[in-house]
Formats: sequence, structure tokens, C-alpha cells
Amino acid sequence: MVEEGRAIFLQIAQSVEDAILDGSLAEEAQAPSTNELAAFHRINPATAAKGINLLVDKGVLQKRRGIGMFVATGAREALLTERRTGFADRFLDPLLAEARAIGLSPADVADLIHQRTTSTPDPRSTP
Amino acid sequence: MTAVIEVDHLTKRYRETLALDDVTVTFAENAITGLLGRNGAGKTTLMSIITAQNFATQGTVRAFGAEPYENAAVLSRMCFVRESQQYQDESKPHHAFAAARMFFANWDQQLAESLVEEFRLPMNRTIKKLSRGQLSAVGVIIGIASRAEITFFDEPYLGLDAVARQVFYDRLLADYASHPRTIVLSSHLIDEIAHLIENVVVIDDGRIIVDTDAESLRGEATTIVGERSAVETFTLGRRVIHTDALGNTMAATVLGQLTEADRHALTQAGLDTEPVSLQQLVVRMTQHAHQTSPMNGASR
Repeated sequence: MVEEGRAIFLQIAQSVEDAILDGSLAEEAQAPSTNELAAFHRINPATAAKGINLLVDKGVLQKRRGIGMFVATGAREALLTERRTGFADRFLDPLLAEARAIGLSPADVADLIHQRTTSTPDPRSTP
Repeated sequence: MTAVIEVDHLTKRYRETLALDDVTVTFAENAITGLLGRNGAGKTTLMSIITAQNFATQGTVRAFGAEPYENAAVLSRMCFVRESQQYQDESKPHHAFAAARMFFANWDQQLAESLVEEFRLPMNRTIKKLSRGQLSAVGVIIGIASRAEITFFDEPYLGLDAVARQVFYDRLLADYASHPRTIVLSSHLIDEIAHLIENVVVIDDGRIIVDTDAESLRGEATTIVGERSAVETFTLGRRVIHTDALGNTMAATVLGQLTEADRHALTQAGLDTEPVSLQQLVVRMTQHAHQTSPMNGASR
């Protein structure tokens, strides 16, 4: 569940962000507690707290004193913007590097993407 | 960070052997620290001196701000679960638990009983007839149920199977979450405990070679894999702690976090990166310790 070589608190923060992005954790809903995250991922609670604090600093989560952590209003939109900005760096650059290594031009890659998206429909758009 | 244990210039000499060589280290209050190192590196010696079960040749140890030696006020707040704990021959597990219950003010009898069930520990057998794993379970149960403010586990898992070890890790973590306290966990099974620990202290040949928080150590080493000359170009001027080669392919493990620029350069050069687990990193560092200078986190 937790992979090697990358800070665990970043992975915890990302797992919470992913839940907000896919809607399983709604805005204004209560986020899992530090101890719940620690027990679920089998990690040190201090590490889980560090991940949660990162999201509080980013404004994704809000602390309500005495109750717990809640997803901030507008958090999903902000995360979408952030992920879209980083999309090219994270996914396109490695894709194009591999394409170059095996002799595919950017146009070839674009064609492949087009073929794929027409042959495999987006699961969300099918009724 | 508040230090609950302070070790200052501690040296321990057994005749010709230098078990601890001028060790200065602190342990953070209410954190889980992994004390890692090879056999004979000095882990047990360090823990036994902190708990006043052994004498220092030189240097000082303080726990809760006071010297532990012959100091009941300090010793009653520390629990040391030894790998080779001795019990009286005819005693049964419940005798050991009764003794622990008298000694440790925070002892939780219900917790001990639920652990006995989870570890399936036979309570009516004498301790000398227990299997190695059952004997380890006795120590683990005392270590968790004592809820001592400082608890040392010295390779507590001998003979415990994978299921029982997972029970130990899960129960320790759960109890630590509800009752935060200082835990020092010495282990060779680094991969198994890597996610449980907040701080890492690595001891090699009686000296501290790593003292930092586990998160900053994660990603502190990366293995660069690819064509030999490209790997050599990239690793030039970096601290390489290990290399492997297969034909024209080379894998070099380098210390230091990679920057965005580094990642870009790696992609451009067609080089791959592989993460280095805490266990691999410790193995590499204690394997090559004599060429590696100490690495101490600035965050502590």
C-alpha cells in the first residue's frame, strides 16, 4: 500500500487528495483521523499527522477544534487545477521520452491516443 | 523534539573490544525510534547501559534528566525486553506477568490478557517448556502491557512467525497511538518495521553513523540504472555508496535527494531510477561504513 523511496507523509496526503478528487471524500465531510490513517496504512501516527498537516497548510483540510478534520469547500476544484498543471510533467514527459527511445514521433503518439480513446470508451461516459 | 534519553560520550570496553566508541545520541520523547545495526554493532550494549543493566567505561547516560544507575525512580519507568530474557526455571508466564504488574505502575492487566489470547500463549506451561516463539511472546506482552514511559525492544521477534510478528506490530502501533510513549525498537527485519518508526539511529562498530528522522532518510538514496557511461556521468561528484554492473549496464546507489533538475537530466539521459528501501540503505551504509562519513539529519 505504501511504496518505498517516497516520503510516506506525501503518500498519505496524496491518498486523501485522491479520495477528494474521485468524490469518495466529499467537500465538508469529515476526513479520516490521524490514528485511523495510521492503523489503516500501518504507519507511525506522527507520519500520518505530518501528511494531514500538509493538507491543512495547503487549505485542503480544515481543523475544527475538538471535532476533527474536514474537507474544505472548493478543495476539489483547487486539487483539479493543481493536478492538471502537473499533468504534462508527470505523465507526458516520460511518455514522450519512451516514444523517442522507440522511434515514435509526437504525431504517432497523438494518433495512438486517438485510436485508444475511440476503441476503449471512457467508463464514465457510458450509460 | 524533547530528548528523554541523553547519551553523552559513552564508551564501553570489554577487554580488547571497544563495544561503544564515544557515542553521543539522544532519543526523542514519545516517539518510536528504530535502533538498527549489524550483530555486535553495540545495540544491546547501549540499551543495557541506559537501563543500568551494564556499566559504562566512560561517559554518561541520563533518562528523564537523571542517572538511571541504582535510581529506582528512573528504572521503574523503563522496560527493557531483551532478546534472551532469563526467567526463573519453574515459573510460568503468569508469574512473569505478576512480577511485571508489581513493578510497572502503568501495567494494564486487561491488555496483557487480550495479548495472551492473541499470541495463544499457554499459561499453564512452565517457561522453560515454552517454544522460542512463545518465550518471545512473553517478553512482547510485558513490553506492551507495561506501558512504561520508555520501552526498549531488543530484537523481540525471535521464533515469532509472520502472523505473530504482525500481531506484535499492529498491537504496538495501536497502543502507542492511544498511549504515546517512548519506544526504542532494535531489529534486523528493517523492512517490517520501516513504516512504524519515526526516527532512525544506525550504529556500526560501536559508532553512530545515522541519526535522523525516518522520513528524511526515505528518498535519501536512489539507485540510478542505465548505460555505464551515462550513469558515470550523472554520478560524477555525487556520493556513491554502492555499484553493481552487468555488462554495459550499471546500477549506482547515490546519496542525496534528487532535484527536479536531476530528474529531468535523468530522463534526458535515458536513465532509470529505483527507490532504495530503508533496509537496503542501512545494509549499504553498514557494509561500506568505513568509507562513509556520518550522516546526521539537520532536522534533529
